[in-house]
Formats: sequence, structure tokens, C-alpha cells
Amino acid sequence: MEFFRIKRDIPFMSWGKYTTTISLLTFIVSVFFLFTKGLNLGVDFTGGTVMEVGYTHSADINKVRNVLVKLGMPDVSVQNFGTSRDVLIRLPAKPDMSSAKLSETVIAALRQDDETAEIRRVEFVGPQVGKELVENGALALLIVSLGIVAYLAVRFEWKFGVSGIIANLHDVVIILGFFAFFQWEFSLTVLAAILAILGYSVNESVVIFDRIRENFRKMRKAPVTQVIDNAITRTISRTIITHGSTQMVVVSMLLFGGEALHYFALALTIGILFGIYSSVLVASPLLMLLGVSREDIVKPEKKKEEAEAIP
Amino acid sequence: MNRYPAWKYLIIAVTILLGLLYTLPNFYGESPAVQISPLRTAAKADTALLQRVEDALKKANLTTTGMFLETGGVKVRFTDTDTQIKAKDMLQSVLGNSYMVALNLLPNSPQWLTHIGALPMYLGLDLRGGVHFMLQVDMHGALSKALDRFSADIRSSLREQKIQYIGLEKDSSMITVKFRDPESRARAEAEIKKAYADLSLRERSVRDEFHLTATLKPEAQKLIQDTAVQQNITTLRNRVNELGVAEPIIQQAGADRVVVQLPGVQDTAKAKDILGRTATLEVRMVDEERDLAAALRGQVPFGTELYNERGGGPLLVKKQVVLTGDRINDAQAGFDSNNQPAVHLNLDNNGARIFRQLTHDNVGKRMAILLIEKNQAEVVTAPVIREEIGGGRVQISGRMSTEEARDVALLLRAGALAAPMDIIEERTVGPSLGADNIARGFNSTLYGFLTIAIFMMVYYLMFGVISVVALGVNLLLLIGLLSILQATLTLPGMAAIALTIGMAIDANVLINERVRDELRNGMSPQAAINAGYERAFGTILDSNVTTLIAGIALFAFGSGPIKGFAVVLCLGILTSVFSAVMVSRGLVNLTYGGRRKLDAVSIGQVWKPEVTSADAGMSRPERPARLKK
Repeated sequence: MEFFRIKRDIPFMSWGKYTTTISLLTFIVSVFFLFTKGLNLGVDFTGGTVMEVGYTHSADINKVRNVLVKLGMPDVSVQNFGTSRDVLIRLPAKPDMSSAKLSETVIAALRQDDETAEIRRVEFVGPQVGKELVENGALALLIVSLGIVAYLAVRFEWKFGVSGIIANLHDVVIILGFFAFFQWEFSLTVLAAILAILGYSVNESVVIFDRIRENFRKMRKAPVTQVIDNAITRTISRTIITHGSTQMVVVSMLLFGGEALHYFALALTIGILFGIYSSVLVASPLLMLLGVSREDIVKPEKKKEEAEAIP
Repeated sequence: MNRYPAWKYLIIAVTILLGLLYTLPNFYGESPAVQISPLRTAAKADTALLQRVEDALKKANLTTTGMFLETGGVKVRFTDTDTQIKAKDMLQSVLGNSYMVALNLLPNSPQWLTHIGALPMYLGLDLRGGVHFMLQVDMHGALSKALDRFSADIRSSLREQKIQYIGLEKDSSMITVKFRDPESRARAEAEIKKAYADLSLRERSVRDEFHLTATLKPEAQKLIQDTAVQQNITTLRNRVNELGVAEPIIQQAGADRVVVQLPGVQDTAKAKDILGRTATLEVRMVDEERDLAAALRGQVPFGTELYNERGGGPLLVKKQVVLTGDRINDAQAGFDSNNQPAVHLNLDNNGARIFRQLTHDNVGKRMAILLIEKNQAEVVTAPVIREEIGGGRVQISGRMSTEEARDVALLLRAGALAAPMDIIEERTVGPSLGADNIARGFNSTLYGFLTIAIFMMVYYLMFGVISVVALGVNLLLLIGLLSILQATLTLPGMAAIALTIGMAIDANVLINERVRDELRNGMSPQAAINAGYERAFGTILDSNVTTLIAGIALFAFGSGPIKGFAVVLCLGILTSVFSAVMVSRGLVNLTYGGRRKLDAVSIGQVWKPEVTSADAGMSRPERPARLKK
């Protein structure tokens, strides 16, 4: 079986104008939603309390909300979580009540109302911890980006590093844009997924860059556009198969991973899809834009040949 | 030819064997158990204890499936959780307070596996259920407490040296002593400097008063804070033992934080209560002159309080605190010269001086030792002072059983927190959710693996089978490695396992596509295999290093759930490079490498474009490859 029967090199580079426009548009739209709607930050980052309460029968959301309002917590959010028997309660941080007491009070009141209520999960994060998590997350993102640029610069050349990271940060911004637009909950696990995607989709660019480097050495006379087109064409089947395989696992996570992994898998899905697009149609045009040339790559090779030629 | 030297096969075989061995314990599952460990030094975990436990269980008609003695305790295995809980309650009442009886889960793997250190993966709280707390130590509280102590000390020093002062004030960061004349101040300064090296002093004049301000030196502040955290950890550890938790984790996180993890704890209310207890100890004098009878009627004399002595009658105790628990270096249970149970205290220098003065002034009178918790004080003991006690070695005896002596010693040793603590993060996962999470993580991995396996085998035929075997080896090695390292496996960690599988197949796809590519270019099958693996390796390395960078950064900056994800991701990258490159190559070599005449390899259909004009720049061999249809 062979899915990809490509007769000649696909002229990816000649589509540069369109792809750059598309990228820029999605990017701007993402940034727009990030600023106007903002991320729906989870309790990990904002501080507060989240409680997951399980019942043996389907839970009456309104009744639960009433119980909480009676407790003097009007600004709570109550919703079903996964199944109709599970309820997720979000309580904002309360300065006058310790977290320990808060969850105790809530579950005691819910038990009184319905004996089958059972705590499945409680998460309390102090506002200070939340702030630190935001800072650490941003720092991690920065370090990962710098690390990748540095590695690509050493292994290839700085132009590769820069275009690789821009392409992938573009993915990250788009994932964030999705989370802002749909107001999906942005938790620590989603952050982990985004950072993993950053590492993972650079793979993609690396594979193409590798071919570009190889082609520069092999295709002595071909122009840069053709070198890049050929590199992309010859790796496209691998690109799609690999991402397809990873996506199969992620789909399996979406189906079987439950609520806890839902947004994690969702972030990965967007990351994988845009990862293909950006490494093929963003990273490589950027490389062209930065003026990559055969000399950037082939120089050391020539010296070696000369050295061999002398004796 | 594609052949590996024997040592390479050997490495692969040994690695797979080790992986199998250390993955094995995960298949046996766990059974409910009860763990009994001694809490006091006098209680021992020995065969006698084992016998007692066995007899008690037999008497209560509870059947066990195994019982063994280990360093630090006895473990008893049961078939179901009902028996386990019954046995726990029964054993706790039989054995008393000297032993901690905790519920636990024990791996069912055979003894020989446990002996070589093969244990099942260590599950995080989100998978096994339990409580995670992060507590912040109030550093200002610790410093303020230290300043309190210093101001009391300075007062008594000045009084001892008969230096006149008009006042002493303490605010959150400094102590101010006020004098009427500069001479007294100079004398006081010399005295304080000599006695308290931790304080830095400054002179100031306010109108006609001469002030001396004392602040804690930065080194001293740091030391006080460090000790406060350390002491709080010790106190927490002792308290957690009271809770009966099988494998608690209590460790420092950062400069002023403590992480407490209590696996399997259901009663979070009790856990929070015990952890947050701010018990302190005070020594005060008993007032024997005023009217106790009147106090009992409700007319408590001014400057005194009415308490009941533990195991004794009511007492009137003066409000003035002579000594606090901070002054105790150590407390041990033992016996006095009359062979009566006693508690031996070891006071620090200042405590020793205060105590000598106190006992000197009050021979024949009674002092009271109070334990204060949540603003409720209890007189633990109120002994009669028989003689002046110097040297800081104090013995509390009388009206105490051996057990009480032990309890008092324990409370004095670890009763108080050095500084108040707040819970700043709490994560509680119920056991049902934990079990659900395991199932979710497992199913995600399983079905993800199966879909990839089917696809690979259909698309790449024999090479697909080899890739799938390599992927299986990768999974095996990853789980084996996680079991060996006993790294904490969390739900994000399980997601990382699934993700690793999805990403690891990338290496095999790269190789297989490369081999096809070389075949398409007309190489002979053997040469194509060789070239495919050789050329793909650089790419595999590069792409994995970038993911590794992300993984390491996640590990360094991540907390809790992210760390669990990062560990598995990093380990997964290492195992996947090994299995995709070395194991799959080994398999290919075994399958094809030995054949001298290899006409075709089973890698699926290799489609060749008829027109090759697009590849004008490429040099292309003329000889067509013999390909399988």
C-alpha cells in the first residue's frame, strides 16, 4: 500500500504568498481572541477551589447550586462533569475562609441534602501558587523556545533555528487562540500539552530541514526553491503518516481518557494539525525569506573534500 | 550485509529481558494489607509482635493470605478490603497507641521479584487516591516568635545585671529598649552583645530617652527560618504517624514550603485537622495560696486560671508563662532514681538558666506543664519542685504511667510547630476516581497502540510488524524503567506514555519511508535497508533532541502534574530511540540480513513514478530495483 503517489515535486514554495496570508490571518485572529476574550484559566492558575462530587444517581444541578447559595456562596459555578452523576463545583478563592474549611463545609451541606454525595476530587490552589504557576509556565515556554533555537542553530544554521521556532510558536498562539475562542478551560495539563507540542512539532521542521540540507549537497545545480520543494515532497508521506499515527493515540485519549484528559487531547489535536501545516508551509517559506542559500550548509563539506583531494 | 555482531544482539536480548523482569510486578496487581509499625522507641517490630498479630487475627477469626516481618514493621495481606478494615480496627485496639496500624496495598508479585528490587510502578495520588497538601510556613511568624523569645531574655538579662531601663518594646522586626541615661545603655549594649550574638544593635536618641534597637542579623534570620521549616517537618511527620498512613511523603519544597502527601487517606477533614494543629507547651507555676474552692464555684482569682490536671484534680495556675516549649532541645521517656516512669527533658542554655532560677525560688511548690491546642490548655502534669535544678536537665516524674511518660515525651519533642503554617494548595482524589483514572489512562494507551499496530502492519507489512514489535519493546522498556526508578506515575504521566507511543512510531515511519525511498531510487534491498537506517538516524536524533529539550524544561519548571508528564516523556524518548533504531534494526537484520540473495523485502508496495523529470537535479542509478508487487 502506498498512499502518496507523487509524480513530481509539489511547488509548495510558489504558494508562499497564500500560505503566509492564511498564517498571518489565523495568527491575528488568534491574538485578537486572546486579547478580547482571554483564556479561561483553570483553578491551577487563578487560585480557588474546584470540587468534583459524585452521586449514585443523576445529579440535580439546580439543587446543588441552591445548597451552595444558601451557604453564602453566590458566585459559584456548578456543572456536570463527564457523566450526569458527576458535578463540578468551582468556588472562587475566599479570603475570609481557609480552604480546608471551605471544602468541608460544602461537602457537609451537600451530604445533608443528599446522602449519596461523595467527594471525588478537591483541588485548592492559593492565589500566590497560581501566580507562580503562570510565571513558571511562561518561563518554561521561553526556555524551550531558546533551547530549540540554540540546538537547531548548532545542528543546522541560525536561519533554520529562527524559522523553526517562529513556525512552532505560531502553532502555540493558534492553540491558545482556540482555547480563548471556545473558552475551554486552560489548566496545567493543557500547558504541558502545549509545551510537548512545541517539542514535537519542531520534529517536523527538523525532518524537512534535514532533507533540505541533504538536497543542498546533492542537488548542486537546482535553485533553492526546487531544493526545498523536493525536500518537502519527499518527506510529505512520512509527515502525514507520523502525525496520523500520533493523532490515532490522541483520538484514543479523546475517546477513552475521560474529562481529565479531554482538553489535553484537544490541545494536542490542534497542535498536531497545525504542526503539519506550519512546518511545511510556514517554516520553509520563512527559511526562504531569511535568504537561506547553499553556502550556509555546504561550506564545511567542501573543505572536507578539498582536504581529501590534497594527497 | 546487514548483520549485527553478536554483542549487539546480546545487548538487545539483555535489555528486553531486564525490561520483562521489571515490568512483571505490574501484572500481579495489589492486594489490601495492613501495616503495623512501632511508634515509640520502646515498641519493637520483632517476632513477638508477629506472634501477637497472628494470635489476635486468629482470635477474631480473620483470615489472612500472608504475613511477614520486615525492617520497621509487620505486614499482613488480606483477600478483600472488608477484612482489611476489620483487621485494622481490631489490631489498633489490641496493640494500643505504641503501634501505628495503617491500611496499605501490597504488590502480589512473588518474593523472588521483590528481592531483586522489582516493584510495580509507584502510582501518584491521582491514580491511587489520597491527599496532597502544600503548606507554607509563616516566616514572619517564626521571626516574630524568635524576637519574643529574645525580648524575654533581654529583660531577664538586664534584671540580672541590675541595669535600669524604662521600657522594652517589640514590633514585627525589632526590639527597642529605652534607657534614661547613656551609661546604662552602654552597659546594656555590652551585655547584650556578649550574650546574644544573633542580634545586631543600634543606638538612637529620641528626645531625652536613649534607645537601643536590636534586630536579627540576616544570618540569624535565615537560620531561624531554616530551623523553623525543619522543625515543622519533624512535627508534621510525627503527627502523620498518628493518622496511620502507610507511605506518607513529607518533604521541603522551596525555602518555606512543605509538601505532604498522604496516599489512601479518605478522611481529609481529620488529616487537615491534625496537620494544622498548633500545639505549644508552657511551664507555669501553680497558685497554691489562693482559694481553689472559690475558683471552682466560679470566682477565679485575678491572674490565675483554673485547669484540670490530666488524671488528677483541679488546679489554679498562674497566668504568667515561665518557659515555653521552644526551650526544649530533647525529651525522652525513662525512669527516675526510684524506678518510677519519668520524662527527661534537655533544655537549651537560656531555658536552663530560667529553669534554675525558677526552681531555686520555688522549692516545695508545684509547677504546671501545659499543652495548649487551639486556645485550649490542658495541664499535662503538675509536679512538686524538690530542689534547685541546674544544667538544663529536667526530670518530670510522679503520677505517670510508662505510657503517659512516653506520650508526654513525644508531645514535648514534637508537639509544637515552630511557626504557623497555611495550606496553600490541596489536591484530594477519591479512590473511585483514582481507579477510573487508571482505567482511562490504560484504555487510551491500549487502543492507541492497537490502532497504530494495525495500521503499521497493513501499510508496511513485514517492516510494519517489525516496527510494532519495536514499539512493544519500547512500551515494555518504558514501563520497566518507570518501575525500576519508582518514579511517580500520574494521569498526565499515563497520557505521556500514550503520547510517547504515538511519537515513537515516528522513528520507524522515518526509517521505513527512507528504505522505500532508497528502493524507489533503485538500490538493492540490502543496500536500501542499510542506507535507510543510516540516513534516518541523524533525523531521528535531531527530532528527539528537540522533544527532549521540551521535556527537560517541563521537568525543571513544572510542578505536580506537569512533572509527572515530563518524567515519562523524557524516559520515553530515550527508550524509543533505543527500540526504534537498535531493536528494529536487529529484527530486520535477523529477518533479512543473513540472506545472500535478497530479491525483495516486504515493506509494502513501493510505487515508482514513471516520469522522473522532476528530479532533474538528482543523480539516479540506471539499474531498476527488483520489487515485489
